[in-house]
Amino acid sequence: MTEATVSWLSGPVLRAHTTGRFHVSDAILVGDNRLLGEVIRVETGGIVAQVYEDTTGLRPGDHVTSSSEPLSIRLRPGLLGNIFDGLLRPLAAMPGDTVQPGMRETVPVSLRYRPVAKQGDHMHPGQLIGEFGSGVVAGKHLVPPGVGGEIVSIAGEGDYEDDQVLCVLRADNGIETQLDGGHDWPIRRPRPVARRMRPREPLVTGQRIMDTLFPVARGGRAALPGGFGTGKTILQESLAKWCDADVIVYVGCGERGNEMAEVLNEFPTLEDPRSGKPLLDRTVIIANTSNMPVAAREASIYTGITVAEYFRDQGLHVALMADSTTRWAEALREISGRLGELPGEQGFPAYLSSRLAEFYERAAHVETLQGDEGSVTIIGAVSPPAGDFSEPVTSQTKRYVRCFWALDRDRAQARFFPAIHPLNSYSEDVAALARWWQARGNPDWMDHRRQILTLLEQRARLERMARIVGKDALPPRQQLTLLSADLVNEALLRQSAFSSVDRYCSPERQTALMQVILRFVDRAAQALEHDVDLERIAAMPVLRRLQRASEEVPEEKVAQFRLLMARLDEEFDQLERRESHAR
Amino acid sequence: MRADLRIVNAAQRVEGPLLFLKRSVDVGLNEALHVIGPDGIKRLGRVATLDEESLIVEVLENTAGLGVADTVVSMLGEPVCFNVGPNMLGRVFDSVGQPLDGDTPIPAMRRMRIDGMTINPARRALPRDFIETGVTAIDLMNSLVRGQKLPLFSGGGLPHDRLATAIAQRARLRDSDSGEFAVVFVGIGVSHDVAEGFRAAMESSGALGHTTMFLNRADESSSQRLLTPRYALTAAEYLAFVEGRHVLVIMTDMTNYCEALREVSASHGEIPGRKGFPGYMYSDLASLFERAGCLHGYDGTLTQLPILTLPGDDIGHPIPDLTGYITEGQIVLDRDLDRRAVYPPINVLPSLSRLMDYGTGEGFTDADHPALASQLFAAYANARRVRVLASVMGQEGLSDNDRDYLAFGDAFEERLISQAMARTLEESMAAGWQILGLLAESELTRLSNEQIIRYVRPEKARA
Ligand SMILES: Nc1ncnc2c1ncn2[C@@H]1O[C@H](COP(=O)(O)OP(=O)(O)O)[C@@H](O)[C@H]1O
Ligand SMILES: [Mg+2]
Repeated sequence: MTEATVSWLSGPVLRAHTTGRFHVSDAILVGDNRLLGEVIRVETGGIVAQVYEDTTGLRPGDHVTSSSEPLSIRLRPGLLGNIFDGLLRPLAAMPGDTVQPGMRETVPVSLRYRPVAKQGDHMHPGQLIGEFGSGVVAGKHLVPPGVGGEIVSIAGEGDYEDDQVLCVLRADNGIETQLDGGHDWPIRRPRPVARRMRPREPLVTGQRIMDTLFPVARGGRAALPGGFGTGKTILQESLAKWCDADVIVYVGCGERGNEMAEVLNEFPTLEDPRSGKPLLDRTVIIANTSNMPVAAREASIYTGITVAEYFRDQGLHVALMADSTTRWAEALREISGRLGELPGEQGFPAYLSSRLAEFYERAAHVETLQGDEGSVTIIGAVSPPAGDFSEPVTSQTKRYVRCFWALDRDRAQARFFPAIHPLNSYSEDVAALARWWQARGNPDWMDHRRQILTLLEQRARLERMARIVGKDALPPRQQLTLLSADLVNEALLRQSAFSSVDRYCSPERQTALMQVILRFVDRAAQALEHDVDLERIAAMPVLRRLQRASEEVPEEKVAQFRLLMARLDEEFDQLERRESHAR
Repeated sequence: MRADLRIVNAAQRVEGPLLFLKRSVDVGLNEALHVIGPDGIKRLGRVATLDEESLIVEVLENTAGLGVADTVVSMLGEPVCFNVGPNMLGRVFDSVGQPLDGDTPIPAMRRMRIDGMTINPARRALPRDFIETGVTAIDLMNSLVRGQKLPLFSGGGLPHDRLATAIAQRARLRDSDSGEFAVVFVGIGVSHDVAEGFRAAMESSGALGHTTMFLNRADESSSQRLLTPRYALTAAEYLAFVEGRHVLVIMTDMTNYCEALREVSASHGEIPGRKGFPGYMYSDLASLFERAGCLHGYDGTLTQLPILTLPGDDIGHPIPDLTGYITEGQIVLDRDLDRRAVYPPINVLPSLSRLMDYGTGEGFTDADHPALASQLFAAYANARRVRVLASVMGQEGLSDNDRDYLAFGDAFEERLISQAMARTLEESMAAGWQILGLLAESELTRLSNEQIIRYVRPEKARA
């Protein structure tokens, strides 16, 4: 244990005298309440450190202690279904109604353990030693990265607490390591993997505009930028609810306390469509709300990604939602300012860009040390001041993500949700995912997607033209384009997170809906060629059915889309027949 | 509280709001103290920076009259606190919680930190109880719920005070047990008329006995202005979570607060951010707004209705921008509607209530409320688009459908948003269904066939 004595204090930053050995990034505990902090600078005879909690009452002379380890969190079973602060301290277990500063003893988790390896086995880092319990405490007991050797002893099947020694390994050099049910890992260090793999399957989000137009791959990275009230949080929550990941890590970074309450309230009552269990059981919530200490906000993002990697290493697909990465960047800016560092663009430190790169780089589809497949997908919300995407955090983020879901204020104001703007958004994972859609029953996915985007693009152009010449002056073909594009918007892209029918849309239902809409677009164009009046087309009863289909045809009745398709053809046949009779 | 420690002859320098002292007693960071000048006036301060020999005190009140030789400091041994207790309702306080009404001080039942304590998010209960304000643009389109923080974004000369007062009066009436209701009015750098107008209105509706007022005069120091909402919210927390009341806090004008924050930050020599406001303004505002809410196990709730006047009517200005990122929506007043004598001049499109989805619909208000609101939003947004189109090329180029939308847009503003008297939610909904009748059925994509037949075209159902 290294020690120091506080000599200077200002806000969350302190200086301390010491003769001991401290290193940059060492975790420290300060004062009687053992407030957690981190060394940010080392000088002869002293250190500069930031404290992650309210420093009220600290004074010169207070003790600083350190175990000379970088800021780490304890990874162990029992994280699922729980809410933690930015440094992974359980919030639900905290006494009282307010957040109390200071470290407390963690309560051990009771676990059922079943050994898989046996005495004498030679173990590599990441190899399976045993298995834990079931439900929210299920998990694999793996040799932590950087450790290995021969099993000297191993616990028998039975009930243990997570901090009991379960296995002892002896390395080649004779040094023994005791392994309990968890291990510490420095939050700023990525956990090692056997290799990174190329993206090849989507993270199915159940949101049509994402899956169909701008899909994100498992192990991908996506940004969700938008001004206030454009729908970042609701979308993050929708993804957390319905995407097909095994584990969700939801990081509430500098946002509202009530949004954490929303997750805590709703997730236990919603059923994971894949496992039938409450959605909360696959979720870890990490909360540093806007009124919690800023320094811990910076750490919360790393805590989140480290937890995500821990589950990934067990061969699971993990999705991490960070709402909002802008608050994290602002925390970085605030700390940098306090250290007197040279400010860059809009006051952000010059290393903002490299920090963003490092963070998003931790998203990956991997082969784990154990040889399993796992992934971490990162979806980061960005909150640009005044909704201006040219500001530093948005523009730097854009360099490192592969999906950009740009939220649009006009759409949001018309309560058209999700307010993702189809012409300002993109995904670089499209080509890699076409095969997957083919296997899931839509060989034409790429083509359908392109048709839809073309329609929307034409619409934007025609809208500008209509503003000059008047809508009535547009030739019928172009008016039909407007009608078709409106149908795509209304019937396909709009999807309310609050509709119990439509909040989730399976790939099959997406495909069926897209097919019937595009059939309408095709047949309407043909009808127009056969001189059917545009008004007639616009008045077709089936049009309203299409517009409301996503709301009125639920998952379990996807087959109804075939009836709708038949009905559509029939109405068009009739129209065309009537037209040829008339002539 | 520790014994009052007096330090004499310690002051070395006064610079702006900062007082530099030799450290001769054991004090902790952030602890409160009184700085007493030769004038005998006690000024509140707190320890901002501290080392082995010296400390820097941030004086939270006016430093005029402070010197070096004759300044005495007395340490309070704890962070800045407010003595709260029963009988705070009906009283008027100044910026730092001293009675302004000449009446006796309130009995100190609790000492609470004015900075509040961070509510553990795991202890928050989701706000879901609909408050009927009588204002259609709010009740029907952007519903307010108990425990929400919903600001009014306004501008100079717009009737935000009238609207806030009406909400304060009416929200009380909606509650069956009005005894549990309380209003905390926080005047931040506002003129005497505004405070007096509010007081008179509460008096005329018989609610003055349920109202507590905190007044920070326009001529008080900037650092004092930063304290006012903190004292007021501490009182509000006491009323809500100790006395179990439903508290509505009206804070006006938060723009004055933010400007004071900018000034204090500059006087500390901090690096300015956007438009000179400090980089921590987001966190600072959050430390106020996050004090709204509902807690598991408590009957009382704390609802906030801050008012801010947008500098230059610009919603992208850092003050409304950061506020909008923290609060649970915003009600936006519109100069154009005001000019056309629409009262209340609320533009519903940029307005938002983020908690509406949780507090409306089946089991909360009316099963059809969300669909109706959604359809009205879609239609009104389109009406505004068509209006722009029509203003460019005249009505001739418009299709019949577009002309319907123009008529709908006018009806929306004149018959739905504009109201002479308070409406119940049912009355608001009826007015909403009625104006949707101006549009073709094929346009009503957000309503089900049943909803159309039942509410928009009831004559069809009868036929
Ligand atoms: N997918 C959606 N479906 C329905 N409503 C939505 C959706 N996204 C956003 N909204 C509405 O918009 C409001 C603001 O969304 P929110 O996600 O809180 O915005 P942000 O996080 O970008 O500030 C929500 O309260 C909700 O009413
Ligand atoms: Mg949000």
